[in-house]
Amino acid sequence: MIAGRVLRLIGRRLLSSLPALFGVVTLTFLLMRVLPGDPAVFFSSGPNTGQAEIELIRERMGLNRPLIEQFGFYLRDLAKGDLGNSLTSGQPVAKDLMARLPASLELTIAALLLALAVALPLGFIAAMRPDSAIDQIIRVFCTLGVAVPTFVSGLLLIFLFYYLLGWAPPPVGRIDSFGSAPPVWSGFLLIDSLLAGDLETFGAALSQLVLPMTTMALFVMAPLARMTRAATLAVTTSDFVRTAEALGLPRARILVSYILHNAMLPILTTVGIVFSTMLGANVLVEKVFAWPGIASYALDALLSSDYAPVQGFVLMIASIFVILNLVIDLLYSLADPRVSIE
Amino acid sequence: MTDSLLSVSDLRVSFATPDGAFEALRGVDLAVAPGEVMGVVGESGSGKSVTALATMGLLDRKGRITGGAIRFRDADIAGASRRRLRALRGSKLSMIFQNPRSALNPVRRIGQQIGDALGAHLGLSRRKATEEAIELLRTVQFRDPEQRMHSYPHELSGGMCQRVMIAMAIACRPDLLLADEPTTGLDVTTQKHVMDLLVGLVRERGMAMVLITHDLGLATHYCQRIAVMEQGRVVEENEAGTLFAEPQHPYTQRLVAASPTRESTIEGLAGGGAVALPPRMAPAHRAGQGPLLEVRDLVKRFSNGTLGVDGVSFALAPGASLGLVGESGSGKSTISRLVCRLLDQTSGEVIFDGQDVGAVRERDFHRSPHRRDIQIVFQDALESLNPRFTAFDSIADPLRRLGGLRARAALTAEVEDAARRVGLPIELLDRLPHQLSGGQRARVGIARAIAVRPRLLVLDEPTAALDVSVQAVVLQLLERLRRESGMAYLFISHDLGVVRMLCEQVIVLRAGRIVEAGDTNDIFEHSQAPYTRELLAAIPYFVPGGRATQEAPPDVTGVPA
Amino acid sequence: MTTTITRQRGTLRSRRGLLRVANPATIAACAGVVLLVLVAILADWIAPFDPLASNVRNALQPPSARHWMGTDQIGRDVLSRLIVATRLDLSIAVSAVALSFAFGAVIGGVSGYVGGRLDRWIGRTVDVLMAFPLFVLAMALVAALGNSIANVIYATAIINLPFYIRFARAEVNMRRHFGWVEAARASGNSHARVVLFFLLPNVLPAMAVQISLNLGWAILNAAGLSFIGLGARPPTPEWGIMVAEAARFITTGKWWLIVFPGLALTLSVLCFNLLGDAARDALDPRRRT
Repeated sequence: MIAGRVLRLIGRRLLSSLPALFGVVTLTFLLMRVLPGDPAVFFSSGPNTGQAEIELIRERMGLNRPLIEQFGFYLRDLAKGDLGNSLTSGQPVAKDLMARLPASLELTIAALLLALAVALPLGFIAAMRPDSAIDQIIRVFCTLGVAVPTFVSGLLLIFLFYYLLGWAPPPVGRIDSFGSAPPVWSGFLLIDSLLAGDLETFGAALSQLVLPMTTMALFVMAPLARMTRAATLAVTTSDFVRTAEALGLPRARILVSYILHNAMLPILTTVGIVFSTMLGANVLVEKVFAWPGIASYALDALLSSDYAPVQGFVLMIASIFVILNLVIDLLYSLADPRVSIE
Repeated sequence: MTDSLLSVSDLRVSFATPDGAFEALRGVDLAVAPGEVMGVVGESGSGKSVTALATMGLLDRKGRITGGAIRFRDADIAGASRRRLRALRGSKLSMIFQNPRSALNPVRRIGQQIGDALGAHLGLSRRKATEEAIELLRTVQFRDPEQRMHSYPHELSGGMCQRVMIAMAIACRPDLLLADEPTTGLDVTTQKHVMDLLVGLVRERGMAMVLITHDLGLATHYCQRIAVMEQGRVVEENEAGTLFAEPQHPYTQRLVAASPTRESTIEGLAGGGAVALPPRMAPAHRAGQGPLLEVRDLVKRFSNGTLGVDGVSFALAPGASLGLVGESGSGKSTISRLVCRLLDQTSGEVIFDGQDVGAVRERDFHRSPHRRDIQIVFQDALESLNPRFTAFDSIADPLRRLGGLRARAALTAEVEDAARRVGLPIELLDRLPHQLSGGQRARVGIARAIAVRPRLLVLDEPTAALDVSVQAVVLQLLERLRRESGMAYLFISHDLGVVRMLCEQVIVLRAGRIVEAGDTNDIFEHSQAPYTRELLAAIPYFVPGGRATQEAPPDVTGVPA
Repeated sequence: MTTTITRQRGTLRSRRGLLRVANPATIAACAGVVLLVLVAILADWIAPFDPLASNVRNALQPPSARHWMGTDQIGRDVLSRLIVATRLDLSIAVSAVALSFAFGAVIGGVSGYVGGRLDRWIGRTVDVLMAFPLFVLAMALVAALGNSIANVIYATAIINLPFYIRFARAEVNMRRHFGWVEAARASGNSHARVVLFFLLPNVLPAMAVQISLNLGWAILNAAGLSFIGLGARPPTPEWGIMVAEAARFITTGKWWLIVFPGLALTLSVLCFNLLGDAARDALDPRRRT
């Protein structure tokens, strides 16, 4: 019975996110058509492509046809997974993106976990002891944290931990030049090296990951802690917590079933928003740390007037975000009985 | 004093506000004997809720007990540790609150919440606890408790939520129950069910109860002793029968004079000075003219498919007053908006002075010449005044838009005239709404509506949010205005007592349909419809001289499951 | 919770409202913002050196008596560049926020008032917009329309739009059925007048409070975009560009190239944030974070 309800929920939410996905696809299509220059050239396989090949591409993309037909071809290509080729790498964009996606995901997910592990407890403690010294400290930390730009904090961390203290390795990517990548299972270096039992590589990968992960986490810790504090405070001063106290319920029960359960709901929504911000901040962090992810790939392409990767990147990010929202929505519906399945 | 269950002596409570310390309680003395039902009445700001919260140790973080003592069974609890308080709460002392829906955990099933209450003090096995919870639900008159155990609060009505709260509060058999305005927000029939149930349970289990309320009728109906509070102090305390029959303290006397009774009339209602009212216009004077307002087969279906108004027809003569009464969901507010042309009907006609104003869409009605003939006064709690407009601006707007007055001098003259007519001091015209009291805001709302001298005034619960003494004054003002100006009133209310005083005719609504209509006195004395009789029976009339005898026994078929 | 104290809601007009928020941090933030604006306006006169004048022999000097913040890799005075950059960063932020505020208030206000299908469609469009993280959309827009400061302003404004649309929509929707709105209709105002002269003036103060917070965010984003090469470009002095150029030198310890622009960014954002928080508290103390 529960499984049926969950499946129906997933189905409905999936349906409701289709318009957003469609909107993203359409918007990207329009943007790329507005480009100055010849789209066929952009989606060809290299700067030295012959005229014949360009004509072929033009035919395939339907550039000589009305816009609506072009859109049809575009959708057909997307469905086949064809995102065109990168001028700079010469490879299909889809292949490049898939190869580099794990790097970005590993960084973002690790940063999110770190941020949650620090921000949630901090926010919670601040809310349980409002206006105390620790609350003030946490609030100051939050206010400052939101004000420092990510790229500045990244560079300062490098300065402190690499240049001054020598604790961190040089910020040149996922693994230092001496290490070798473990066999690829998930694409996540940390997981793959553990699976292969290669602790040395694990250590190397982790040490490379620490600084960029911390930079990104710092960026979102402040809003997360703030939201946790606000949500928890709102719940602790609510009528139903007062009722629970009036009935003399034990502290633990009130904390878990009354406070935490209810505070989790707005926090969950915030995590979704925060993840989206992190996807954007990816660009900055990958640039500072020369991290070989999809954002740096797209950025390099953009600055070289190579547009197919940019389009692919935009589509990929937006899709990830839509899927993420779906998951958050789902979790929220399961957690909050007031949200109807319809 | 040793035989009192709870004794509060010289209790002082102070709150820290950004504007300095606020003394909510200034020396409160109360004593409750075992098994006694005590009432604490007062208007807003009297400190009655604060007293209960302080007793339970549930004051806001910003509140502190600054003096006095609270003793429960001769043991001091004002300074008790959190652990001791936790042990006492729910097991010896219990409290139920207003707004029952928000007082229950929205993400936890009610069966689990009752289980929590049981588990806090009684070491029951899981199975026993479930059985006990089901039994409690049955005691508070849930028809199928086994099913209801799995419901969430948002699936229940307000009355049901309150009954769940009662179940949780009595679960561990406390000696004393504090009930803080437990029926606020409930329909009058639900209110009666809940109060009868509550008091019945309390008597059955030999519990003592403190009923905190602003409704004198409710207090005299159910309580043995009553204490009157004003501004943080108990000003008088006595047996229910004698307190209001022979009030000693001036405040109590004022309160009694302002509270509507079964027989009171507008003239007799005193609130800060009786006002001589001009004589009523004789009905014969009006018979010759056609009706001012005629509503035919009015239907309103909302966008979600529900039928708010289902074929309502009535007529209103010029200068007459008609009351629309009903519980929530009866359609009375919807009808008021339809008549006032703020909402379009699905079908049916609204005819004003012989012209079909219903044919004009609501988005165009502001241009109609009849816009100034039909005006509306709102319930103050719904933020009826623009927070950024001074009183002057609020009253001037209709004069500008509908009266065409632009010149400053002419405008000011009219605004001041309207203010004078409603008894609003001229110097208050420069104030913003948050700088005015509830009664003053009500006057500004009325001035705004009558500034353009409408012929029909729609009043949507104008006194529902006001203290009873202020309500008396505003009602007298409304009656005086009607007699002086010859306006017709369409008065919407859930409060039958007020309608009885103010309206010559009354229509009883239920689920969008008219149940009964006619002359007010006829309906109140000899109602034909069972629903009307049920409504009338549920009103807790204020009878100063003693406890009222019960009307016909409560209609059990109406008990919500 | 219902307590029986009636608390007067402070408006910024009332003295009490102002007193409540006049604590040292807020005063300092206010002073900071004023300083920023002054520096932006008077930049050309107060900069000690020409921000574009290079002097390669003097390159990469740490802070000294002559160059308070040191020199960069081609000998330009960091302090002067910092001062002149204030103008660019502030104007980008102000333009972007002003655009999104104006459009967002009207679109959101109308959407919240009218409801129905218009509201649903606007909601869907907002959802699509929000599916693009800022940097991603900025990259896409810059790719499509060209790399210029104007496009960066538009991109920032577009990304910020959903925030104001949702805010305005929620505020208007909340008040749509209040007594004074219906009274305005009964007083002879058309729907358009109600939205423009009654609802928006009531909603705008709350939104205006967000502007200060928003400005901080916009400065961060403008700097971030120029850091990755979109928008302002060298040799224009701009805080993000200064950090981008300095990035190479961090591994060789030339800290002043990063620290001073970073400090400028942090402090300006901090001032705007504190000011915004104070304004929000003055309007409604219950919403304190």
